[in-house]
Amino acid sequence: MNGVHDMGGMHGFGKVEPEPNEPVFHAAWEGRVLAMQRAIAYTGAWSIDLSRAAQESLPAQVYLGVSYYKRWALGLEQNLLGKGLIGADELAAGHSLHPGKPVDRIMTAADIGAALTRGKFGRSPTATARYTIGESVRAKNIHPLTHTRLPRYVRGHVGVVERIQGCHVFPDSVAIDAGENPQWLYTVVFDGRDLWGEASDSTVKVSVEAFEPYLEPA
Amino acid sequence: MQLRVRAIETILTEKGYIDPAALDLIIEAFETRIGPHNGARVVARAWTDPAFRHRLIDDASTAVAELGVVGRVGDHLVAVENTPKRHNMIVCTLCSCYPWEVLGLPPVWYKSAPYRSRAVSDPRGVLADFGITLAPDTEIRVWDSTAETRFMVLPMRPAGTEGWSEERLAGLVTRDCMIGTGLPKRPEEVA
Repeated sequence: MNGVHDMGGMHGFGKVEPEPNEPVFHAAWEGRVLAMQRAIAYTGAWSIDLSRAAQESLPAQVYLGVSYYKRWALGLEQNLLGKGLIGADELAAGHSLHPGKPVDRIMTAADIGAALTRGKFGRSPTATARYTIGESVRAKNIHPLTHTRLPRYVRGHVGVVERIQGCHVFPDSVAIDAGENPQWLYTVVFDGRDLWGEASDSTVKVSVEAFEPYLEPA
Repeated sequence: MQLRVRAIETILTEKGYIDPAALDLIIEAFETRIGPHNGARVVARAWTDPAFRHRLIDDASTAVAELGVVGRVGDHLVAVENTPKRHNMIVCTLCSCYPWEVLGLPPVWYKSAPYRSRAVSDPRGVLADFGITLAPDTEIRVWDSTAETRFMVLPMRPAGTEGWSEERLAGLVTRDCMIGTGLPKRPEEVA
């Protein structure tokens, strides 16, 4: 969806302001949110793509107006409710009021090593890659209403395939519960002037990681 | 927010979906063990061991795992190398994808709208926000982490560090230089 999360190239957000000696978490609840997200992901209730989709579907003013971890917490609540793992009545009460739904597995202290390792997103290809390294490709001009990982700023532009990253789970499918639908993933590099105009910095090149369905021959 | 988050944790615990003790360990890992010091070890090794550098550029997941300084490494880690002609910079414009295993959790600025919006369109302006000025003809290559591939920058080894040990070199490697919004410290900065 063309949400405010798709920020590449937007103006008006001001300077980047690094915080000296920044702590890992700014409040204890931030760590709890991060850890809960991990622990719930471990149960197999939903994938990372659905977490992203939930945050992106927050109202634009909410997305922009809250901190990173508050956005996570809101997305977590939304998915817990959406998957029927908790009820709105329970959220209001602050306690469990009904028995839990069965989940694949529960993360215990013994599972921490696995829990801290990123998931594997590579899959065996079922077809050969359509594009080759060095080939010119155009990012499609698409505007899906659901989750996608093709940022707006490259849509319609021509770039060059620089790397083939293997065949990966396709977020656009996973986020709508339509299965993994693995697709070839390419690093496609664009000339900055093609994206930002002739007056822009001629030394800039920008790449995105683009799934094959995002691309067409140029 | 604290009360709201505590309520969620209470419900999830009572329902048997999560074990709070496991949550404690995840938080502890990110507060103590998983941070940019891991990435610094990787960079320092690459600076001192050309064969490792080759393996890192070729397949960072395997190379970093073999180094053994970083716990477990997921698939799809990619190291991109700065050269005198090219400076690399990492961003995730769509959310905040970041190489957690080697750099820990991302700083607030990396997740912020100013960085995510401008890194791809005005990287020199962003570098200026960090006090960094590159030669005008240096190519700036921005990597937008729009999938599950994760990137880290292998910065150039600072001059004047000939003969330094890996450990001493690691002290020059900052988090920001592995994101591409900084440069390694110069020897005189740590003298």
